[in-house]
This record gives sequence, structure tokens and C-alpha cells, in this order.
Amino acid sequence: MNSLQVNVEFGGGAELLFDNKKTVTISLPEKKEKWTIEHLLIWIKDNLLKERQEMFLQGNSVRPGILVLVNDTDWELMNTINYIIQPNDRILFISTLHGG
Amino acid sequence: MPKCSAKCGNKAILKRPKTGDALCKECFFDAFETEIHYTITKCTLFKPNMTVAIAASGGKDSTVLAYVLKLLNKKYNYGLKLVLLSIDEGITGYRDDSLNTVKQNRDDYEMPLKILSYKDLYGWTMDEIVEKVGRKNNCTFCGVFRRQALDRGAALLKVDCIATGHNADDIAETVLMNVLRGDLARLKRCTAIITGNGSGDGIPRVKPLKYTFEKEIVMYAYFRKLLYFSTECVFAPNAYRGHARMLLKDLEKIDPTIIMNIIYSGESIRVSENTSLPSLTNCTNCGYVSSQQLCKACVLLEGLNRGLPRLGIGKSSRVKQILTEEKYNNLNSNSCVEAKNCLCKNLKDNSVNLK
Repeated sequence: MNSLQVNVEFGGGAELLFDNKKTVTISLPEKKEKWTIEHLLIWIKDNLLKERQEMFLQGNSVRPGILVLVNDTDWELMNTINYIIQPNDRILFISTLHGG
Repeated sequence: MPKCSAKCGNKAILKRPKTGDALCKECFFDAFETEIHYTITKCTLFKPNMTVAIAASGGKDSTVLAYVLKLLNKKYNYGLKLVLLSIDEGITGYRDDSLNTVKQNRDDYEMPLKILSYKDLYGWTMDEIVEKVGRKNNCTFCGVFRRQALDRGAALLKVDCIATGHNADDIAETVLMNVLRGDLARLKRCTAIITGNGSGDGIPRVKPLKYTFEKEIVMYAYFRKLLYFSTECVFAPNAYRGHARMLLKDLEKIDPTIIMNIIYSGESIRVSENTSLPSLTNCTNCGYVSSQQLCKACVLLEGLNRGLPRLGIGKSSRVKQILTEEKYNNLNSNSCVEAKNCLCKNLKDNSVNLK
């Protein structure tokens, strides 16, 4: 079995929490259950998010005010945190909390 | 994968917070633009041949506002002349970058741009102000100065009205904040879609995005591929507004229509006739509209220039007390009678009002 490759992107100011990186390609390790966005968020917290976790996460989801798009579709149409990640999915987090 | 609620057969890309509808990209663009057009015509925000200054920060709201106004102006023949007006607060690493985005807007949307700086207008940059006042009350200075700066810029450009990018979330946030502070005067007027018209109160301001959700503005900018600048104000983490914002976003998650309900409540609220609200007058120093003898900007500026940066923070009665005490001291010492712009002069002429 192979690991699961996913493209994670940040925009709207969310990239400021990730060393200003706008695109990261990650390989999620193989595990028994299927990878959902809820699991991905934990993985991001442990591997990418170094500081101010509360600016990105709240409970088992993203902080309210951060939009999530899966392959350019609003995750609210795709079961939000329960969406099962597919190989090469493009998952974008856009902050609406940052000003101009 | 859900289909568009408009039954066009396309794949939906977004769930609308206002209605819960799932829309495809084209139907979303159409709904978004049509609703703003509806707001503009229903509330008669503009008249033909007006020159409109768009308050442009380079951020998502003003970028979307500039794009949509240009589009609607052409599509529906509003007959408006659109210009961009930006304020440079002088915050290193914040405004520098966003002004570049505004310059890009100027080129992309082919609109003239005017940039006014705090340094030019007030003699102080926000960096210098923060050095004096610290990071607790700096947002008061920035907010008060920006409001006047936009009016001064609009007067310079000889425009008929200023359009700002305040969205539905911003306005709901302001309603909440005014409730939390018990600020009835502001609570009464903060939901108005047009302010400053008819009462000699400077140039009218309009909010075409008043009923537009922040989520849709960000999604619109994303799918239209509009370039905007986003950052955290380097000084903002201590701002009181942040608390109201977090509360609102938590509520919005439970039910997005809460945003509209808060705005509706703010619009419908009537302040009891027994409540005394400050009446508006003109600042004796600069002539700007004010509820006090001296406007907030003049008081804050006076505090900075005299090395009393906390002068304008808090109650206005305290300002009167400090300035009155100073006035008597100065009458004895005659120390600042010669100073051309000294506020004591204005206060002396109006000393009766100060008691």
C-alpha cells in the first residue's frame, strides 16, 4: 500500500501561520481507517503548524472564519470534516479573518 | 456531488450562507452581483454623473467592491465616475505592501488613485504614535484619524460620495460591539447604509456590500481570481473589536442567518426618548463634525503634540477637565498665548461652554 498524496494550500492570510507557504504537497502515511479532513487537521497541527494553533483550529475543526475548499468546491457541500480524502486532492484553506 | 440549486445542470461549488442554496460558479457570480445591484438601486446609493471615491485598502472587501462597482456601472449604466482613495497610516510592513495591491487595482480597473498619508495630514505616522502610546489604545488613534483622512481626501478629490467595503459581518460586528459598550449614539447610526448626507456632516458615505456576507466576498474574489492583499495589522491583536469578531464567527457557525438578524435588530432599534444623545456640532479647531467642542482627532493630536498621549482616551469629560486646568495655568503664565494653533485660544473664546 502507498501513502496518500495531497496538495494543501493556504490563502487569504492563512499562509502567515505556515511560514508564508502557500502550497505544500504532503504524503499522509498509510493507516487502517480512511483519511478524513478531521484527521488531516490533526496531521497539519502536528507537522505544519508550529505556533498560534488557535488562529487556525478550534475543537476538531478549523477556526470559524476559515473557509475550506476541496478541489475548488466549498467543503460545506462535501460533509466538512468527514470528507474522505482522495489521492491528489487539492485542499485549500482561505482565511476571512485577515484584513487589508 | 450536489448540483446547482438554480437547476442549470452544473456542479455546485458553494453553499450560500444567506440562503443555504448550493450554487455553481456562474450562478453564484450572477446572484452576488445582482444582489449588490439590487441594494444600490433599492437604497438609491448613487445618482447619475456622481464621482464616487472607493475607499481602497488593497484588502478583499475594497478590491471586490472596486471590481463589482466597475462591472455594475458598465452593465447597468449608472453613469458614475469611479476613483480609488487610499490612506497610508504609516505602519511599516503592513501598509507598504497593501498599497502596492491598490496600485495594481488602479491599473487593472483603470481608475485614478489618490494616496493620502497620516504623516502629511497629521504630522505623525502610526509607527510614531505607537511608540508614544503603546499598543493598548493605538487602534483608537488609527480609526479616528482614518475616518477624517477619508473625508479630507474626498474633499481634495472633489467627489460626491465615498463608498466603503463594509460587509454584513462587519456591520453585525459593529452592532454587537456598540451593544457591549452601551454606545447608543453609535448603535443608532451604525447600520445606516448612507451616512453623512443632508446634515452638513461632510461627504456622504455608502456601503454597497452591507448585505453581502464575508464568506461570499472571499469566495467571489477567489473564483474571479481577484488579487488582494491580506495580513494581520501588526498592532491589532489587542483591539477590542477582535472579541466581538470571535463571538460573531462562533455564532455564525451555528447559524449564518444570525448575521442578518443582528443587522435587522440594529436597524429596527429605537433609542428611548429619555436617553440623552450628544448633538452634533463642528469642531472649534478644525471645523470637522463632532459631538464635542473639539473633535476626537484634534484632541488626540493635541495630546500627542503636547506629550500627553492619553489625553483623548476615555471620557470626553476628562479631556475638558485637563484642558480647563491647563487653560487657567496658561492664563497665569501666558505661556502659549502666542502659539497660533494652541487649543487654549479656542477654549478661552468658549470658556462658558466648558463649565
